[in-house]
Amino acid sequence: MTQETELLNVYIMGKSYQVPASLTIMNALEYAGYQLVRGCGCRAGFCGACATVYRIKGDYELKVGLACQTKVEPDMYLTQLPFFPAQKAEYNIRELKATAEQIAYYYPEIYRCIGCNACTKICPQDLKVMQYIGYAQRGQIDRCADESFDCVMCGLCASRCPALIVHYNVGILARRLYSRYLVPPAGHLQDRVTEIRSGKFDEDIAMLMTASADELKKRYNERDIEPE
Amino acid sequence: MTYTPQLRELLTRVEATRNKRLQGYFPRLMAAEKEEVLRKFHPDYIEASMRPLQVGVNTGDRVPHELADLLEARSRLENVRLDLEQLQYDVDVLVVGGGGAGAAAALLAQEQGANVLLLTKLRFGDANTVMAQGGIQVADKANDSPAVHYLDVIGGGHFSNVPELVRALTMDAPAALRWLEDLGAMFSKEDDGTMKSIHGGGTSRKRMHFARDYSGAEIMRTLRDEVRNRSLRVVEFCAVVELLLDEGGRAAGAVLYNMETGEYEIARAKTVILATGGSGRLHYQGFPTTNHYGATGDGLIIGYRAGARLAFMDTIQYHPTGAAFPPQILGLLITEKVRGLGAEPVNIDGEQFVHPLETRDVESSAIIREIKDRGKGIVTETGMVGVWLDSPMIEIIHGPGTIERELPAMVRQFNRFGVDIVRDPMLVYPALHYQNGGLLIEENGRTNIENLYVAGECAGGIHGRNRLMGNSLLDIVVFGCRAGRDAGARAAGVRVGKLHLEHVTAYHRQLEANGVLTAGRVAPLLLPRYTHRSR
Ligand SMILES: Cc1cc2nc3c(=O)[nH]c(=O)nc-3n(C[C@H](O)[C@H](O)[C@H](O)COP(=O)(O)OP(=O)(O)OC[C@H]3O[C@@H](n4cnc5c(N)ncnc54)[C@H](O)[C@@H]3O)c2cc1C
Ligand code: FES
Repeated sequence: MTQETELLNVYIMGKSYQVPASLTIMNALEYAGYQLVRGCGCRAGFCGACATVYRIKGDYELKVGLACQTKVEPDMYLTQLPFFPAQKAEYNIRELKATAEQIAYYYPEIYRCIGCNACTKICPQDLKVMQYIGYAQRGQIDRCADESFDCVMCGLCASRCPALIVHYNVGILARRLYSRYLVPPAGHLQDRVTEIRSGKFDEDIAMLMTASADELKKRYNERDIEPE
Repeated sequence: MTYTPQLRELLTRVEATRNKRLQGYFPRLMAAEKEEVLRKFHPDYIEASMRPLQVGVNTGDRVPHELADLLEARSRLENVRLDLEQLQYDVDVLVVGGGGAGAAAALLAQEQGANVLLLTKLRFGDANTVMAQGGIQVADKANDSPAVHYLDVIGGGHFSNVPELVRALTMDAPAALRWLEDLGAMFSKEDDGTMKSIHGGGTSRKRMHFARDYSGAEIMRTLRDEVRNRSLRVVEFCAVVELLLDEGGRAAGAVLYNMETGEYEIARAKTVILATGGSGRLHYQGFPTTNHYGATGDGLIIGYRAGARLAFMDTIQYHPTGAAFPPQILGLLITEKVRGLGAEPVNIDGEQFVHPLETRDVESSAIIREIKDRGKGIVTETGMVGVWLDSPMIEIIHGPGTIERELPAMVRQFNRFGVDIVRDPMLVYPALHYQNGGLLIEENGRTNIENLYVAGECAGGIHGRNRLMGNSLLDIVVFGCRAGRDAGARAAGVRVGKLHLEHVTAYHRQLEANGVLTAGRVAPLLLPRYTHRSR
């Protein structure tokens, strides 16, 4: 760290701290002396543990971001949202139908969407959240699965929803329904499982397991490689 | 943070040589050259980076100092008063760790009729599993077979892998993927259901299956959802700090630590499965890491103290291209695909110094050599050094728009901090990526301690001295399921005796008898300390 690093002021849960301007919110919390326990997981934008709500002094608008992916700004009032008490339906994925009714059975509140689009505006992954809830309402499960795919389940959408929808739980139900019921299973995969059970490869494997080190090396170095 | 004027100035040298480099061809290293660069520059070969252990079953074996410091440390429970009869939990199977291996183990154990408890230090799913982008290897295509896969795995591991474990890995792989498919994990497929699959480092067939570039996240989300659907008991922010044994020397539970209230609790169990993952956050030799916040090798410490054997702990996998700039994303994994598409590593003078597609260990070593030996690295404001990875080449080779289309996650990650990888190269340095070794297991995840199982990155032997990409997402499912099934079935016949911590006392005595200075160190670490640091 060079000495001349520019510092700026942030308010962590209302308290003022001077932190280097180049830091992420997560690094700023640590720089200020917090040993994070909640609100920190992958540190790389994949797990959704670090949802953060903030407002810049003088501005009324509430903003959000993933703490590990968002830079500090001057006079930022920030707090983390380490947990959101969202409802998740319990279901047996093997006994469902891939229909709008099925989703509505578990999450009837999706029809209470008032179209405010707050979920889409808040999504740190830039997903069209309201759109995918719309797909779920209309039983377009493939599109719902596709549109919700990059979701990190941080919970911010649900925290803003006036209709109390838990978008990310709808998203995962749609993805699981889509993958299990609407896409054909991979025939080659099932065939291979059957072949293995029938003992087709036992001999080949046994031979490799008992081969001498030199024999293995030779085979390895001479193995043919599928072209790109 | 965009590139500073000094770095911008240096960038002109990269731009100046780009056309010439595009026309030239940089040869791959010959076998002898590879050996030399590895021997001289691979972090594993630095004699002074490791030391032989002075206590425990692996006495005499060399491990990195940072790990040795924790293995040769005292228990967190030394001055804690505990009543081991005061049971907070009394279950059949205790699963420790909420990544992919833990989730798979818990599901399979419950299917055997066992009463299962899953504990995890952070949130359920905050784990290395969720970060895996690349994919999972399975030999399910017509031109492939478990035997072909076997040869790749064992060659990749420099022929040091435990054969029975490689057999289990490769023969169970199709059933493991079929299980995930059946649970509704959204793998990338053709319209007729055929799985898409591509090559990965060290594969002889295109058997890398993926779920867009969120492969691990998709596996984790699905397994977690399934665990929640089956009313399986999960306790978050609850770390295991010590195993409990019974009079028979069998694993019989654990001491738990509430990460938020600081209280200790006792769990009794008939079988215990450690699935605590890797140790990138120990920052061996000061390297940045791609791993999640909780990757502090806790399972290795508590397992070893209870007498379980470690294997291959002297070999670590470094990923050649972790981000070296901007500082906010230090260590962030820059996928191999960037080099696959043609981006070359380039030094401060704009010269290429290694073929972009050498194996991970060779590529990493060549980057380290360029910086440490030849002094041709680029020093950033924070003191971090790296080399350029010339991403704009991709657009020239494959046409404009390629980067945006093929590497959307990467573009997003860098854009957030003001670096446009379409226009400008990235700065990279090798990062600690994967723990090749771990606690030694047999085919069903059993260890040398009765009723103690290990699964996932915490386990050792499957990958020998080097894991190939795509085989660890596979191993967490295969061995998570195997350990869960075996531990769940076995629990029915186990009678737990009186719980004790005598192994811990004995370990402390051994430390003292051998004159090991623990200098106030306690372990496991649970979380790294980053407070008051500037990055
Ligand atoms: C960035 C990145 C990319 C990767 N890409 C790929 C890829 O493309 N293909 C591939 O095959 N592999 C890949 N890997 C490797 C692979 O993802 C991991 O090896 C694998 O997911 C590990 O799974 P696991 O369940 O063993 O451990 P983890 O998923 O790390 O889970 C460990 C769990 O244990 C918990 N825990 C730790 N200590 C304690 C304690 N004391 N008490 C209680 N709980 C504890 C943790 O919090 C965590 O929940 C990648 C890894 C990383 C980091
Ligand atoms: S810590 Fe995982 S998304 Fe920020």
